[in-house]
Amino acid sequence: MNGPTPILTLPLEGGGQTRAPLFAARGWAALLAFALTVSVLVPVLFVVVPEGNPVHLSAYFVTLIGKIMCYCVVALAMNLIWGYTGILSLGHGVFFALGGYAFGMYLMRMIGGEGQYQSDLPDFMVFLDWKAYPWYWSFTEHFLYSALLVILVPGILAFVFGFFAFRSRIKGVYFSIITQALTFAFMLLFFRNDTGFGGNNGFTDFKRILGFRIAEPETRAALFAVTGLYLAGVVVLSRAIIRSKLGRVLTAIRDSETRLMFSGYNPLWYKLFVWTLSAVLCGIAGALYVPQVGIINPSEMSPANSIEIAIWVAVGGRGTLLGPVFGAALVNGAKSFFTQAYPEYWLFFLGLLFILVTLFLPKGVAGIPALLRRRATPGTGMALQEEGNK
Amino acid sequence: MSQLPGVRAIEGGSGLARVATAGLDITHRAILYLDDITVSFDGFKALNKLTLTVDAGELRCVIGPNGAGKTTMMDVITGKTRPDSGTVFFGQTIDLTRLSEAQIAHAGIGRKFQKPTVFENHTVFENLELAMKADKRVRATLRARLSSEQTDRIADTLAMIQLGGEAGKLAGLLSHGQKQWLEIGMLLMQEPKLLLLDEPVAGMTDEETERTAELFKSLAGQHSVIVVEHDMEFIARIADIVTVLHEGSVLAEGPLNQIKSDERVIEVYLGR
Repeated sequence: MNGPTPILTLPLEGGGQTRAPLFAARGWAALLAFALTVSVLVPVLFVVVPEGNPVHLSAYFVTLIGKIMCYCVVALAMNLIWGYTGILSLGHGVFFALGGYAFGMYLMRMIGGEGQYQSDLPDFMVFLDWKAYPWYWSFTEHFLYSALLVILVPGILAFVFGFFAFRSRIKGVYFSIITQALTFAFMLLFFRNDTGFGGNNGFTDFKRILGFRIAEPETRAALFAVTGLYLAGVVVLSRAIIRSKLGRVLTAIRDSETRLMFSGYNPLWYKLFVWTLSAVLCGIAGALYVPQVGIINPSEMSPANSIEIAIWVAVGGRGTLLGPVFGAALVNGAKSFFTQAYPEYWLFFLGLLFILVTLFLPKGVAGIPALLRRRATPGTGMALQEEGNK
Repeated sequence: MSQLPGVRAIEGGSGLARVATAGLDITHRAILYLDDITVSFDGFKALNKLTLTVDAGELRCVIGPNGAGKTTMMDVITGKTRPDSGTVFFGQTIDLTRLSEAQIAHAGIGRKFQKPTVFENHTVFENLELAMKADKRVRATLRARLSSEQTDRIADTLAMIQLGGEAGKLAGLLSHGQKQWLEIGMLLMQEPKLLLLDEPVAGMTDEETERTAELFKSLAGQHSVIVVEHDMEFIARIADIVTVLHEGSVLAEGPLNQIKSDERVIEVYLGR
């Protein structure tokens, strides 16, 4: 081939792309502002500013936002596996709940003799007439061990489940269905009193964490700050993964797994990596959720909960960095409003929202700016999504 | 069968994608041996005792009517389909029936699909970057940064496939012919020893076809190439040796002129 050599300027830009900073200056500034808000501003407005002052934040508000931030992390984790890698999990609630239960065991043991029965055992064990902790509760009175369990339990479950599912090349809707079955099976298991996790009541009535009383505003503010910083950290982590070559391999799995295999990649390990990471991120979110909300029970593992996670991501915009965060915040904000104002209409609203987004916003809320730009300048900008599907 | 040096046995494709490519032994000239391969789907024999040898540096064309087993043959070579019986060797030592798709790609076999298959939501540049020969395990990929030599290699390939001006464009926006070329470019980035090309000029304009023919001729020598094609004009332009498949086995093999005058070939394929 001795054709005319084109002037190659673009590839160098493409090569430089990988070395560009993770975020532009504005992005870092926004992240810093968010980190300061959650770790300084909100705690001050909640703890220091007295009640009755118009800028005082209520415990209800702080708990609600803390809870929603946990959901935002779950949405980001879901986005890694679904939005970027194209694997729809309808069982992510199980990882969230297992993280919550793992940390809940520590919180239960910290109740000590302050429970209803003033026993060393949790109330539900006294009620079942158990005399000692089952073996799997061993060492859970140690904070660090419980924190380790928060990572290991969802991580190992995801790794083992994922290994067999991905090795057998289970894909698409079949994978989604077995993840539903997984979370459902765990829900049934945890509903049983004999399982040793409080049956359908789960864990509640927590008193202390690391010696601090959980109901104190200072403790709540600290939990809130940790959750916010964790959320910011997961945003940075997601960005780092997506911008790496590994991120490009993940989207390649989504778009053409066969081509990728014949290019010398084994998709199994890539799927397993992102799937396990996603589960661990959910588990940690669950562990932060439990002390703030004050309860964890098997309904967190209900199939509907996991489907809702997928809806947050779809509403926010799958395969976009921040879309899922907005999606989770938007849907859960609407949920807490609706379930108080018009409880009977919430599910109809959720269903309607999902249908509207699917029909009109393929890239979710995050796709609205691009959509408006395209409206403004007709004829330019093509929807690759449509082009690619031909 | 005994364990072969340099090749780890794998179960169900779960092994890491690492195979010693240095193990390719072409001391007996041949780079690919298919011996007595049979593949049947629900009783239908897609390949029936197929035996075929391709030499290193050769450009081999494979023709045959629909259903002759051309694509199944490619599937067997690349690990997508396991033969019911028979052996497939890459060089003297690498038994392809024991490797996964990814391992076979690593061993040095690149495949182009009938329908052009590229990563549509990645740029042309990124497509080549992903295909480039490298450590393709998770950890290495997470840390990978392009070196300047690698960037240069991508630039060279872009020039060769004449997509230099489209490097930053999403591959999904390319024309059909450009996608075919990009896929060929991706194969070259893998630095394969053997290229399998399934109908590489389908949907190309005459000019594109001509350029493709030139490209393939320049590839032969350093690479071995197997081309499956229907376009007889294209085959006439590039082929040394032509193999005609019919009902899952080799019907005839030889230079194109000889093939063209073969009675049996005329009857099943050319004569219609």
